[in-house]
Amino acid sequence: MATNLQTTAGGTPVFYDLDEHDHPEGGSTMLGFWIYLMSDCLIFAILFAVYGVLGASYAAGPAPKDLFDLPLVAVNTAMLLMSSITYGFAMLEMQRGRAGAVQAWLAVTGLFGLAFIGIELYEFAHMIHEGATPQRSAFLSSFFTLVGTHGLHVTFGIIWLVTLMVQVARHGLIAANQRRLMCLSMFWHFLDVIWIGVFTFVYLMGMLR
Amino acid sequence: MQTSFLFGRLSWESLPLHEPIVVVTFGVVALGGIAVVGALTYFRLWGYLWREWFTSVDHKKIGIMYMVLGIIMLLRGFADAIMMRLQQAWAFNGSEGYLNAHHYDQIFTAHGVIMIFFVAMPLVTGLMNYVVPLQIGARDVSFPFLNNFSFWMTVGGAVLVMASLFIGEFAKTGWLAYPPLSNIGYSPDVGVDYYIWALQIAGVGTTLSGINLICTIIKLRAPGMTLMKMPVFTWTSLCTNVLIVASFPVLTAVLVLLGLDRYVGTNFFTNDFGGSPMMYVNLIWIWGHPEVYILILPLFGVFSEVTSTFSGKRLFGYTSMVYATVVITVLSYLVWLHHFFTMGSGASVNSFFGITTMIISIPTGAKIFNWLFTMYRGRIRFELPMMWTIAFMLTFVVGGMTGVLLAVPPADFVLHNSLFLIAHFHNVIIGGVLFGLFAGIAYWWPKAFGFKLDPFWGKVSFWCWVVGFWLAFTPLYVLGLMGVTRRMRVFDDPSLHIWFIIAGIGALVIAAGIGAFLLQIAVSVWKRKELVDVTGDPWDGRTLEWSTSSPPPDYNFAFTPIVHDNDAWADMKRRGHGRPLTGFRPIHMPRSTGTGVILAGLSVACGFALIWYIWWLAALSFAGIVATAIWHTFNYHRDYHIPADEIVRTEEARTQALASRG
Repeated sequence: MATNLQTTAGGTPVFYDLDEHDHPEGGSTMLGFWIYLMSDCLIFAILFAVYGVLGASYAAGPAPKDLFDLPLVAVNTAMLLMSSITYGFAMLEMQRGRAGAVQAWLAVTGLFGLAFIGIELYEFAHMIHEGATPQRSAFLSSFFTLVGTHGLHVTFGIIWLVTLMVQVARHGLIAANQRRLMCLSMFWHFLDVIWIGVFTFVYLMGMLR
Repeated sequence: MQTSFLFGRLSWESLPLHEPIVVVTFGVVALGGIAVVGALTYFRLWGYLWREWFTSVDHKKIGIMYMVLGIIMLLRGFADAIMMRLQQAWAFNGSEGYLNAHHYDQIFTAHGVIMIFFVAMPLVTGLMNYVVPLQIGARDVSFPFLNNFSFWMTVGGAVLVMASLFIGEFAKTGWLAYPPLSNIGYSPDVGVDYYIWALQIAGVGTTLSGINLICTIIKLRAPGMTLMKMPVFTWTSLCTNVLIVASFPVLTAVLVLLGLDRYVGTNFFTNDFGGSPMMYVNLIWIWGHPEVYILILPLFGVFSEVTSTFSGKRLFGYTSMVYATVVITVLSYLVWLHHFFTMGSGASVNSFFGITTMIISIPTGAKIFNWLFTMYRGRIRFELPMMWTIAFMLTFVVGGMTGVLLAVPPADFVLHNSLFLIAHFHNVIIGGVLFGLFAGIAYWWPKAFGFKLDPFWGKVSFWCWVVGFWLAFTPLYVLGLMGVTRRMRVFDDPSLHIWFIIAGIGALVIAAGIGAFLLQIAVSVWKRKELVDVTGDPWDGRTLEWSTSSPPPDYNFAFTPIVHDNDAWADMKRRGHGRPLTGFRPIHMPRSTGTGVILAGLSVACGFALIWYIWWLAALSFAGIVATAIWHTFNYHRDYHIPADEIVRTEEARTQALASRG
């Protein structure tokens, strides 16, 4: 705050801001969204912790080595990482103010997201088909819940992305829309970071067990 | 259990028509509900309520609505309490009492759930919502719509809990629903499902309101108000909301897992297939222990404001008070295991958690000394808020000491699950949280409504509560030391009888205290002309909320105050601030919206459908929630400006009111 507000010429303090301006709209949004993301991160932290505790409780059922198809998961990881890069391109285009290019990159991001979800659902279906259902053991319960919760987040991210594409089409890259794109950007990269945790702790370390 | 497509598990047998007590209760509630709805319709108040309150995004109105919700639910929670007291005083000498086990188990579960989630939480959140923006010189919270939505989600949870009384049943598991008892095998009925969805829906509201208030305090403070110049209540609110955001997601996650066990058949907390029931206990207390500090910290703030105001001094040891609050915030995450020392974690683990628990008493003790030193050589005015504060200090210290006693693992092995524990946590929750809420209500009521609360009925309520508390809970300490466990329905040993009778009398005295509190509000509204305060500063307050009118205008402050010192308003008064009378500008304000009500309504429908396995309704209402949320984001016009001439009129009226006082 400007120091000239503190005292008048006579040395008595100024107690009211007579020349004030509105708070910038959405001034708290980024901070608020960060805090939301951290609360969401805690949910994942719990799911990781649960997986950490129950991840070896196979109940005489299948173990990671029997189930995980690492090349497939690697492809899936690539899908998600690519989608983060393309979202980054969308944000760069947003800085340049090119709505068309933003839309194009968002569409590409959405397609990568859909591919990720598709492959994940295929993997799940395959496992369930083999009898490795969430009910089979505590390991599988925690596996499906952790990975599925991430997938659910990506699904809602895609719905959000489509909504934003419609809104950008209608109103262009106005300040409110830029703010929303920033929020989704943080959300999307956050899910990427979570996935790196999933890939490392669940899949890679699962294969070592 | 039979399920049909249209109604799921719901059938005529779901209505507890065979329970005469429930039927009578339903009759009374239904008649009361019809009377209220009829009166609102007759006086044509629905439109007013909808426009001015339900859809309002004004933090002051939302704060008041939270308080109303909390007080209504207090009556329900207390009805459960007095039923338990009556049952336990009755069921001796071969008598079964008047409650069967099925009903009694629901009552003690509902009592705990309601008192924590739907009484203490709304009252604390309401107080923070009302006071924090005013104390920091802001015009509203950071996200006004989210605030309205959070409130209605809390209401949604309360609606589900209340519905469980008349449609189906509530959980019979105790307030934390430990598996395997709460799992589908041992609790196949809807009770635990009501528990899960009520808490999930309310939990969304609580988490979002936590995020909202953190942002508000970080971003919207008046110029000059650095962190170490914030009022202590704002500091404790900040710490509380940090705790909310850092702990409620844990509750959400653990209830999701319990829900999956029940609905999908996963094996998180089952006894077989590798599940671990003890993990639930760990996880829920990782939320549960911070939760008790979520409840008490804001009230520590209230006591700080009250002590300083009514001693006419600035708070002793402001800096140490802030650090004590922060230390408690951090430590509250390191003690959860003391809730289950008997789980068998081993001596080292138990010692660690016993010691961390005892360490918490150091910052808490520092606070008590700070309040005492604030009073020392102060000109103490024994108004109602100050009386509650003194009662708190005496009562809470005893509760704190029994807490330290329970923190000693060997002692805990004896006292675990006994009535001693029940006495301890009621000692700190009633003596701390509730007394603090009454202090806060008496203190800020004139700010919210422009007239003071009637002191006579306030004192009646005060003495009934304090005496009633000690009468009701000292016997439980004694019984706990004698080895009586909690949640018992009938007793064999006649020598215990007298203590339960005394406890029952104590509960009746507390009932009189609640009655006197309600009477106090009624009498105060009746005598509002006599009790009026036009200054906006009836207590010679020290913080910014007292610098504006009572009740404050929609925009709170015509000009944002500039802060130079702690206790900004005391500083302004001391150094002769001049209230500006010209130069008003239009003020930017958020617009009301009904979206919060709609989203919460759909959430209740979704929760109800999930409880009763009505899958089509669950899918439909969930789709409705998503669609409404998306639809809401297409509204880009969420604000307006209050025109300058309207502000001139409002401020002119205040100038005249101040002048007429002379």
